[in-house]
Amino acid sequence: MVDTATARPQAEAARRGAQIEVRNVSHWFKVPSGVLQVLDGVDLQVAPGEFVALLGPSGCGKSTLLRLVAGLEPATAGEITQDGEPITRPDPSRIVVFQDPTLYPWRTVRDNVALGPQAQGRLKERQARVDDALRLVGLAEFAQAFPHQLSGGMAQRVALARALVNDPQLLVLDEPLGKLDSLTRLQMQSELVSLWQREGFSALLVTHDVEEALFLAQRVIVFSDRPARIAAELHVDLPYPRHRGDPRLTELRHQALRHLGLDASW
Amino acid sequence: MSSTTADASLALPELSGGPAPRQAAAARSFPAALDTPAPPRLWRTGLLAAGAWALVGLLTLYWPNKVVGFSDWAFTSELGAALLAVALALATVALSAGHGRVGQRLRPAGQWLVAVPLLLALWELLTAKLALLPSPFFAPPQSLIDVAYEDWSRLGLSTLHSLRLLANGFVLGALVGFVTGVWIGWSRIAGYWVHPLLRFLGPVPASALLPLAFFFAPSSYAAAVFLIALASFFPVAVLTWSGVAGVNKSYYDVARTVGASEWFLVLRVAIPAALPQVFVGLFMALGASFSTLVTAEMMGVKAGLGWYLQWAQGWAAYANMYAALLVMAVLCSGLITLLFTVRDRALSWQKGTVKW
Repeated sequence: MVDTATARPQAEAARRGAQIEVRNVSHWFKVPSGVLQVLDGVDLQVAPGEFVALLGPSGCGKSTLLRLVAGLEPATAGEITQDGEPITRPDPSRIVVFQDPTLYPWRTVRDNVALGPQAQGRLKERQARVDDALRLVGLAEFAQAFPHQLSGGMAQRVALARALVNDPQLLVLDEPLGKLDSLTRLQMQSELVSLWQREGFSALLVTHDVEEALFLAQRVIVFSDRPARIAAELHVDLPYPRHRGDPRLTELRHQALRHLGLDASW
Repeated sequence: MSSTTADASLALPELSGGPAPRQAAAARSFPAALDTPAPPRLWRTGLLAAGAWALVGLLTLYWPNKVVGFSDWAFTSELGAALLAVALALATVALSAGHGRVGQRLRPAGQWLVAVPLLLALWELLTAKLALLPSPFFAPPQSLIDVAYEDWSRLGLSTLHSLRLLANGFVLGALVGFVTGVWIGWSRIAGYWVHPLLRFLGPVPASALLPLAFFFAPSSYAAAVFLIALASFFPVAVLTWSGVAGVNKSYYDVARTVGASEWFLVLRVAIPAALPQVFVGLFMALGASFSTLVTAEMMGVKAGLGWYLQWAQGWAAYANMYAALLVMAVLCSGLITLLFTVRDRALSWQKGTVKW
């Protein structure tokens, strides 16, 4: 999928993953019946270039943590920093890929990918990078297609290209493969790994798929039920590319399921 | 790469087969029972239509008009000749099996081409030939030609006046409505203060304000522009507002994470996303502006098709009235068709087949 031969030399030099630090973050939502605590004293570090997965039951608050890290909302308590600077607002150095591709239906694939440069007023000088990103996800010949003509997997690739075109230092992935069919999903997991290895960004992935977390990440943080607190941390000490049948992965999977309270099903 | 190609093969038929669905749709609209499949040797519906036109032509020419106390209807023989000419043209197309470009365009309308002359014949019979319908109130078709010939300058000028008034009022109202809609859809404060006013005052029919407007405005023309603008303002404002308010919130999240400013969110996200609704508003506004236009022209503006209608009625010139109504029908349906053409162009991304 990823054509490493076209790697641009300046990309390696310009990019280094961001260092993210989440210190004692708690968060509450206003709900009709009062307030609802979704995060409880979360501490988390992402080293530059590291791939970290957040694993937890549905609705436990891990996606909320991503929104806070992206700067879309301020945390109720605690502090989140990027390379030592507090995160207060969204920034193109931290790009979110959502579960839905949320492409703009009125824009062609290429114009969707060009969203970031256009919003930052740098469209002219970034034209080549836009084409580059499209090529990177293998959709160069669909540049002029409209989103409704794409399959789910292609749409999510466009969303990835739209993120990568900004040369993010942190890629925030909010269950990006959650709605894809299982075959496309397996393939996109491998593509994600190659993209991450090639581009060198830090990655923070939210998923409720244990296998996906273990296949992709170097570190898997297991969250408890709401309010989310960190229940466990698993180090996936396996080189890339990984193999799904690896006995070590099976072992880690057992551990993760035990932390999620699903030991009985093993 | 394998899944990319698999995806590609799934999506490609849509991409490469752009014109095919349109042809299929055109083929479907052929009257299946009347047109044989495969290249037909002869366009039979076309021939039938030619016959019908010839019939009404001959009827007009050779059946004497019934005399009803005043001079004969002018242009009877001209109408007959024109109808025969249409018959001849249709016969030519039909005999060339309807293969030419004209033929291809006419074919889907085949049944209408038969029905229209039959209706014309009925009209001609009931008025000029048998005088079954009381004569000054019901004019035969040839009297419309008479009006077009005798009074074309006044009718044409009235049409231009109406068009100018409509354009001024509609464009003004639609622009203000659009901006207001975006504003109250976007700004919380504007939504709080302006939206209730819009809900309370908007539904009042613009023509109800007619006396008030003529009283306050410096001229009846200005009053009419104001009323037409008001009539088009309301639907555009409401639908633009609802379009902007209904934009998928994650569209904003996506733009914000890549560094979009507030203006970018409004101009590049909210407005394009709301456009389908805006066009519904424009369509409704156009309808409302037509009725306000005619009312205003009948009540105070001394020009335009509405005024012409009043004037013709005052002189008992009913043929002129029918002619003005015909012009009005052409004008209004033409403007709506124009709006839909613009919409289809602006929203081509919405449809299944995209024009490249």
